[in-house]
Amino acid sequence: MNKHTLSVLVENKPSVLARVSGLFSRRGFNIDSLAVGETENPDVSRITIVVNADSSPLEQVTKQLNKLVNVLKIVELDPQQSVQRELLLVKVRADRAQRSQVLETVELFRARVIDVAPDTLTIEATGNPDKLDALLRDLEPYGIKEMVQSGLVAIGRGSRSITTGPALRAA
Amino acid sequence: MTRPTPETLAHRANPATVAAAATPAPAVATPVSTSGAGSLVRSLEALGVEVAFGIPGGAILPAYDPLYDSKVRHILVRHEQGAGHAATGYAQATGKVGVCIATSGPGATNLVTPIADAYMDSVPIVAITGQVARPSIGTDAFQEADIQGITLPITKHNFLVQTPEELPRILAEAFHLAITGRPGPVLVDIPKDVLQAQTTFTWPPTLDLPGYRPTLHPHGKQIREAARLIAAAKRPVLYVGGGVLKAGATDGLRKLAELTGIPVITTLMALGAFPDSHPQHLGMPGMHGTVPAVYALQKSDLLITLGARFDDRVTGKLDSFAPDAKIVHADIDPAEIGKNRHADVPIVGDARHVIDELIAAVSATAEGPGQYEPWWATLNELRQRYPLGYEEPTDGSLAPQYVIERIGELVGPEAIYVAGVGQHQMWASQFIKYEKPGTWLNSGGAGTMGYAVPAAMGAKVGRPDTPVWAIDGDGCFQMTNQELATCALEGIPVKIAVINNGNLGMVRQWQTLFYDGRYSNTELGTHKHRIPDFVKLAEALGCIGLRCESKDDVDKIIKQAMEINDAPVVIDFTVGKDAMVWPMVAAGTSNDEIMFARDVRPNFEEDDL
Repeated sequence: MNKHTLSVLVENKPSVLARVSGLFSRRGFNIDSLAVGETENPDVSRITIVVNADSSPLEQVTKQLNKLVNVLKIVELDPQQSVQRELLLVKVRADRAQRSQVLETVELFRARVIDVAPDTLTIEATGNPDKLDALLRDLEPYGIKEMVQSGLVAIGRGSRSITTGPALRAA
Repeated sequence: MTRPTPETLAHRANPATVAAAATPAPAVATPVSTSGAGSLVRSLEALGVEVAFGIPGGAILPAYDPLYDSKVRHILVRHEQGAGHAATGYAQATGKVGVCIATSGPGATNLVTPIADAYMDSVPIVAITGQVARPSIGTDAFQEADIQGITLPITKHNFLVQTPEELPRILAEAFHLAITGRPGPVLVDIPKDVLQAQTTFTWPPTLDLPGYRPTLHPHGKQIREAARLIAAAKRPVLYVGGGVLKAGATDGLRKLAELTGIPVITTLMALGAFPDSHPQHLGMPGMHGTVPAVYALQKSDLLITLGARFDDRVTGKLDSFAPDAKIVHADIDPAEIGKNRHADVPIVGDARHVIDELIAAVSATAEGPGQYEPWWATLNELRQRYPLGYEEPTDGSLAPQYVIERIGELVGPEAIYVAGVGQHQMWASQFIKYEKPGTWLNSGGAGTMGYAVPAAMGAKVGRPDTPVWAIDGDGCFQMTNQELATCALEGIPVKIAVINNGNLGMVRQWQTLFYDGRYSNTELGTHKHRIPDFVKLAEALGCIGLRCESKDDVDKIIKQAMEINDAPVVIDFTVGKDAMVWPMVAAGTSNDEIMFARDVRPNFEEDDL
């Protein structure tokens, strides 16, 4: 099984997310992560789905997604040809003794401290999933009190855009 | 923006469909001030809707006021499930969109089974449901149900109308979605306050479906590749599904079959797409298909699949299905291609265009169609050795197959036959000869018991001059016979042949074969206790009730029923309970293990065919 990143452009309408996510569960696919937001065209939303599947079932789920009337376009993003990012917020135990070591790690990963308390630091980091995993591994020994992660968002490298094309202009 | 082009609207051959599409009453209407309900009914009129099946209730009530004066005929059914299946029967018999109406909550949820049924069999219906007023949505209000959420997985698309202004557009979109591309059910949920609000009705609306672009024309390269495979094949089969009927491609299919000389098999959903009497027709494939049809699939080296979907009832155990065959798979729905079986030549397109272009491509190939004489010799020998048939019951009871065979003989191939689900359905598929498209209606994919009576009602409303015979079981009949009251009052003279074996016959057959004859909960008491008495029940529902218990009376009673045209007729054919449906490929086994009769297995290898 391989991870695949699908960018799904949909009409920005109520119930569309339910249609898309319902399709995955109905056809027996697990979603690893999902992120939704408006695009440069307010009538169009972009759903980025990371799914674990072999190529033939993935083709089936893509075809089924394409059948949804509100789905405008689906593009699978090749990890080599795209930039992929997640956002991580993590609250780490950092008393006076540990604080400088934690800050060093933050520096190393080009993360940022966004909140400070006497015994914790809250850190914001963006990156691809591998980088965030590495950061978490390094922070683990200090004690992670709480963390939250966004779904992955991704965009193709180069000047080409997937949000152009006849269907999207019309929408 | 998507507008229904002449292409998308007129690509079906069925003249009824084209007529419906071509005559949306007012092409352009001057804007009128009206209520949301008025706008709904005017939209239905503009879309050419002749009839809607439904039941009013609180939330949908505003719509019933303008409906009172409308030229749309509303048929008041007795249960919403009846409305849904009637819309399906109407759609299947006419090729037009069937319409059903229900109120919110339980009214809407009673439509769930027929919507799921129409989804599985790709039938174009539009379901209109009332919803609680917008401010009450999400508050668990009286008779509130999230019918949009409930029907997400069983509709081609559904809508929750947000403002009265969007009603004409959404209804036009719903009808367009239902009947174009791969047809299917579409639900439009309308809050009560949207129906009550004032609005302006304007027609025609502009469709806004940027994500909906069905592919009708196949790719030329794939068609040429298919023609090349046809020329090279030694044992080809035309595997024909319901898509061919829906595309109105039956004339083309016959041309293609006769041009190439390739044997044809038609699935349960495609009966009537190719004449049963045609010498190239091997019959139906699948669990209760003919031995020659099942064998042809298994031994084929090329399946030319047209509008069929490799359903498990056809393939049996998938990994042993047609092991030597290359697959040409043509379907209007790209998601069907490669779903169950890898396609060597995938063709996305409407069956009519696909078949027309295949004819042209085969005619253009230098070598023409292949030489199939040895293949036909084998198949013809199988046809002789394993014809469809049945044994007379040894206990002196009436053979259900005989009853069904006689109905087919006496009523003839012009009539419409509508089956329930179970043994009687399979016998009706085997022992009635279908010669024309649109003469066989049944619940194929969903297997909905109770489909027959309301679907027959819908078919008769759509084609009032055609005799409509339901072949129903005593189990199925007890699920939806209340619609006979509708038929009696509305002047819908259907014939219902209840093949009454006193049991849930198909389940009993499985208990006989796979559960050592332990008949758990399959005895219905319609024989033993005559509860209900179907003749009395028929009379109570305003129908003529007849009963037939012996072979000698079968023809006489069928003819008697055929004479009655001013009331629905129910015939209780009291038949033996032990008859079984053969041939049979047991669920989950390979097609190679088809049983011709109990303990009789043709061994294709040893037969050295």
